[in-house]
Amino acid sequence: MDYTVKDLGGGVAVLSLDGRLNMVSAARLREAVTSTVAKGHVRIAVDLAGVDFMDSSGLGALISGLKTARQAGGDLRIAAPSEQVKLVLQLTNMERVLLAHERAETAFSG
Amino acid sequence: MGFALLRVLVVATILLGVNYVAWRWLFSLNWYAWWIAIPLVIAETYSLIDVALFGMTMWRARTRPRPPVPEAGLTVDVFITTYNEPIELVADTARAARDIRYPHSTWILDDGARDDMRAAAAELGVGYISRGEEWKGRPLHAKAGNLNNALLSTEGEFLLILDADQVPLPHILDNALGYFADPKVALVQTPQEFGNVATGDPLGSQAPLFYGPIQQGKDGWNAAFFCGSNALLRREALMQLGLTQYVREVERAVLVALRGADRVISRARRTTDPNDVMINAALDEIALAVDTARSSLKQGEPIARVTYDLQQQIDAVSHAMVSFDLHLLEMDLAAIRELDAGAGDPIDVLLDVDSTVDTLAMRQLSPLGALESVQALLRTIDVDRSDEAVPLMPLATISVTEDMATSMRLHGLGWKTVYHHELLAIGLAPEDLGTMLKQRLRWAQGTMQVLLRENPLVQRGMSWAQRLMYFSTMWSYLSGFAAVVYFTAPIVFLCFGVLPVDSNAAEFFLRFLPFMVVNQLLFAVSSRGVSTWRGQQYSLALFPIWIRAVTSAVANVYFNRPLGFVVTSKTRQEGNQWGLVRVQFVLACFLIVSTVIGVTRLVLGVGEPIGTFVNVAWVVFDLVVLSVLIPAARFRGFDSNPEEVSA
Repeated sequence: MDYTVKDLGGGVAVLSLDGRLNMVSAARLREAVTSTVAKGHVRIAVDLAGVDFMDSSGLGALISGLKTARQAGGDLRIAAPSEQVKLVLQLTNMERVLLAHERAETAFSG
Repeated sequence: MGFALLRVLVVATILLGVNYVAWRWLFSLNWYAWWIAIPLVIAETYSLIDVALFGMTMWRARTRPRPPVPEAGLTVDVFITTYNEPIELVADTARAARDIRYPHSTWILDDGARDDMRAAAAELGVGYISRGEEWKGRPLHAKAGNLNNALLSTEGEFLLILDADQVPLPHILDNALGYFADPKVALVQTPQEFGNVATGDPLGSQAPLFYGPIQQGKDGWNAAFFCGSNALLRREALMQLGLTQYVREVERAVLVALRGADRVISRARRTTDPNDVMINAALDEIALAVDTARSSLKQGEPIARVTYDLQQQIDAVSHAMVSFDLHLLEMDLAAIRELDAGAGDPIDVLLDVDSTVDTLAMRQLSPLGALESVQALLRTIDVDRSDEAVPLMPLATISVTEDMATSMRLHGLGWKTVYHHELLAIGLAPEDLGTMLKQRLRWAQGTMQVLLRENPLVQRGMSWAQRLMYFSTMWSYLSGFAAVVYFTAPIVFLCFGVLPVDSNAAEFFLRFLPFMVVNQLLFAVSSRGVSTWRGQQYSLALFPIWIRAVTSAVANVYFNRPLGFVVTSKTRQEGNQWGLVRVQFVLACFLIVSTVIGVTRLVLGVGEPIGTFVNVAWVVFDLVVLSVLIPAARFRGFDSNPEEVSA
């Protein structure tokens, strides 16, 4: 999995993921969130458009990112999940914790 | 009387042959010219084994008594296999098949899935079968796959299999079905003869020795082969074969996968972060489970239980990983909830951990999916054969000549086969050299594939005689290498005066001539007056084809290279045919030039007279053999009115 960070200003950053969000890549997502928060971007919009597969480890990394952001006084939101990712969110009831937004750029403007 | 003579000739040929070849090995090798002497004596030994196996075949070559009249009410499916033959041609065969007298159902098995073929079948009132969805993206296995597909959607007790260009006679079932009164008979093969062969059979299409004495001889040892068309089969035998084969292939796939598992796991380990405790723990567990599976298999546990236990253990690993993830997730949620206690947007979601673990540990969602190679490995260690369209493949798919492989497996299971020597279908032979060569290449390649994949000599279910009967046919396809030596030796002598045989003329002829004469007599008596000269010519002259068949089959079986296999065309290919026999043409030039050199050496007093004479005679024989290719390359197709055939 690869990722890029885009600064939208005002403490908001878009974290775009590309690839499979699984056991192997979960650790990288955790690190990415931690370092983004450390740079002062406490409101993170995770763009999942490029993620075609997520397992329980990937989901764990998203929730752990949410905790990190909240602890810093910010938030983590997700955008554009694929069908498979939506299925995992539904199966675990996490769709209520991580509300899916249509676009990452507007996740914090609403 | 003739039969006794035949057996005397068999014994005499083998004794005289051993006498000659043993003398060649022990007393007459020219070690100074070992580079030609050794290949020659090996080629001669090859030929002796070949003729000995032929003799063994002839030992029991007899015409069977007529079979009983088949009882009424047997159910028969007639299958006509087609891929790309013209609709008209298939329709002719289908019409004749439909009109076979004994009650039956006729089916066109169209691997080309052509709409006009389907329409033609409907018009004739015969059934039409083509491949279903399940074959998409999976190996098609050519004709064997086509037949296997049809077997699953029909139900007759017996099958008559016809190539698209083999037009059956109306009494084919009446005359051949009766053999199945013996419940152990699985196959009745009838001859393949061709109605479109010109006078003199320029392309050597007819095989009177094979569809006659040879098949009858094999039949004498209960080893008559299935030849792909004009044959009747017992469905029950094929189904039993499919089931046995299914079990065998699953077992083999599982064993291979388990054997390679360590490599896959350590490769996965190398590509993961050594600090990732979770993945490494999972890999440890999988390695342990694979180890357990291997040792239980070794202790003779049934394969079904071992693979089931293994899959269960893997599921447990997956479960453990998911629950670990969810446990962390729960702690994170709790922490978030505490943070939110003051704020306005509380998270009130609770995880139902048990049911969630189950769903997230399912195969499609499992975290083990991250280890793709391991996942693929585990899929192999299962019994559903998801790599094939249908789990049961009654007709063997290990070779492009599925027929021979199938009958060998039937013999291995203890079934009987019958060769019925009566013309009951009339076929179409290739009408040009190119198509004929492709067909011969395909047969030879298929035979070699069977030899390399399922060597008959080590197939336990068959008697030794049956093993040797199959081996005999395979052995004869190795003749290309011997032919090269037989062509080279006289050239070497005539050009350089190097003799591979170290002996005087009298000693040589005393041993060689009796063998040769008796050998030719054996051929003459065996073939019962039918000319086999055309066949003998082609078996030598097509040596490049036989060699290519062996090399391409080895590359295919051991290195997974494609055979370059082409379906035989039933219509003439246009264009220049000479290029196809380039090698033989160059060889003929060499033979002629070496004769000139040899004679010149003799005249100049350098050459040795008897040696020159023998080798020139040898060259003349070779040239006569090769000459068969001249009319073949010039042949412009069969015309029922011979006066109009242009020379």
